[in-house]
Amino acid sequence: MIISISSGKGGTGKTTIGTNLALSLEGVQYVDCDVEEPNGHLFLKPQIEERISVGIPVPQVDKSKCTYCGECAKVCEFNAIVVVKEKVLFFPELCHGCGGCSYICPEDAIEEVEREIGVIERGKAGDIEFVHGLLNVGEPMAPPLIRTEKQFINNDKTVIIDSSPGTSCPVVEAVKGSDFCLLVTEPTPFGLNDLRLAVEMVRKLKIPLGIVVNCCDIGDREVWQYCEYESIPVLMEIPQDRRIAEAYSKGIPLVEEIPEYRSRFQDLYNQIGKRVQEESG
Amino acid sequence: MKELTVISGKGGTGKTTITAAFAALAQGQVMADGDVDAADLHLILTPRIKKEEAFYGGRAPLMNKDKCDECGICMEVCRFGAIHDFVIDPISCEGCGLCMHACPNDAITMEEKFSGHWFISDTRFGPMVHGKLGIAEDNSGKLVSLVRQQAKLIAEEENKDLIIIDGPPGIGCPVIAAITGADLVLAVTEPTLSGIHDLERVLGVAGHFNLRAMVCVNKFDINTENTEKIKEYCRERNIEVVGEIPYDPIVTRAMVARQTITEYDSGVVTDIIKRMWARIEAGLGNGFER
Ligand code: SF4
Ligand code: SF4
Ligand code: SF4
Ligand code: SF4
Repeated sequence: MIISISSGKGGTGKTTIGTNLALSLEGVQYVDCDVEEPNGHLFLKPQIEERISVGIPVPQVDKSKCTYCGECAKVCEFNAIVVVKEKVLFFPELCHGCGGCSYICPEDAIEEVEREIGVIERGKAGDIEFVHGLLNVGEPMAPPLIRTEKQFINNDKTVIIDSSPGTSCPVVEAVKGSDFCLLVTEPTPFGLNDLRLAVEMVRKLKIPLGIVVNCCDIGDREVWQYCEYESIPVLMEIPQDRRIAEAYSKGIPLVEEIPEYRSRFQDLYNQIGKRVQEESG
Repeated sequence: MKELTVISGKGGTGKTTITAAFAALAQGQVMADGDVDAADLHLILTPRIKKEEAFYGGRAPLMNKDKCDECGICMEVCRFGAIHDFVIDPISCEGCGLCMHACPNDAITMEEKFSGHWFISDTRFGPMVHGKLGIAEDNSGKLVSLVRQQAKLIAEEENKDLIIIDGPPGIGCPVIAAITGADLVLAVTEPTLSGIHDLERVLGVAGHFNLRAMVCVNKFDINTENTEKIKEYCRERNIEVVGEIPYDPIVTRAMVARQTITEYDSGVVTDIIKRMWARIEAGLGNGFER
């Protein structure tokens, strides 16, 4: 089973839920797909065993063959390659690595070379299989890295995917294909506003979902009203607690600070399992 | 005209709360919401929309079934696995157009794709430009650039000399679009291991684009040891820490009341934000060397 963890709003406790769920279960693979700001490793402290460079194929023009016909520039939907007079200019940050230019070039003047956009690190955190991706700083495009990272998903395990916040392409890339999506929110106007957007996204992907309300005793009650109205199950509530915040600030997992939470996370997992079964049965 | 972008790397550090407070404290500014994905600034500034425009972020392929003879070439060439059983999956499609060029029967055309909206509004603190990207759409960077460009036009028209941009979380394309060319970037962080980790990455991006940065530590008293670490880190890099805000539940209460913290309360948090704003304003006025 693949469980993805997401949230419209950032900083609501996605990583807390993901890492503690991982620590409370057996046979888990934790895949941190928040490649812009991965944080799971700060809590799970994995032993990294392997580092894999991830690139996308980008064009390299052979000047001796190029006639500056401009076909490559015409075909590129992202203006990543431009032909001016006797020069082909290439803007690597704009290139999606689609291969359109090399496909179209009539002179066979374009060769594709790998350009690194990030790395994937794999290892072990106790019994947990750990994978995360790190987008290189200054690199705009996260989805290709997330796509590659997801090839390392081990279907024999309970897979927990942490995503970045929001509803745009990197989040969709991380969440799609999962069996269940857990959305973490907090009961404030910002939390609710962003939760609505996240729910819309997960429904568009046709993935069953449930909610975790973090800091459930702050703010107002509108998140619960919304969930009731939309028939979305609230699967867990975590109160605001100075001990939790302090442990978090030091990178100490919640279930280590307050061991009683272990059974709560196991219960969360069981509820998810039941819902996934109902959904597929 | 000066542009200030407030970013955070890690989400949920209080970036929008602080940006909204700046909206109330600054004078003669245009506000721009650079978070077009999960925007929150409007919840506090309650804009009245004056103008709404559609945003077309790129093109998407359209398959004409009548012309398709199911040769399968498009599925072979697509590098994003976006075509299955002769149907294009809009969520996986990157809009590269290769399938159109490869199709021997001209069965695929590329059409402008509606990807969201952008707005020009009035708020109690002056004009605001904001956007809303469609759910699961890409091209957020382009929409952020558009929002900034429109904010600049308004600032020119109305003779305003400051644009305050609420940036998105992360370090990817919308963040880059929100900060490139800005006169000053304020990074809001919190004293947690994740906050520090993410701050380092987001300051890395600011450095990559040669931008001047300042730092604000929110909820600094959650872990004063980590706050010291952040200050040390900033000192070493000559980055000014312009504010240290204590944790205070009043911040959430202000949000629930849909007010900026400076409107809601005149306590210690408001005081610190006011002083912080004065330092930022002074900094902006000094004409930073990029
Ligand atoms: S399509 Fe090929 S030959 Fe034409 S300008 Fe591009 S690289 Fe040169
Ligand atoms: S690979 Fe695609 S995106 Fe990159 S330059 Fe070529 S046509 Fe443009
Ligand atoms: S390449 Fe054209 S004709 Fe062939 S399957 Fe695709 S759309 Fe149909
Ligand atoms: S436009 Fe590109 S990504 Fe989309 S279906 Fe065609 S080949 Fe695939």
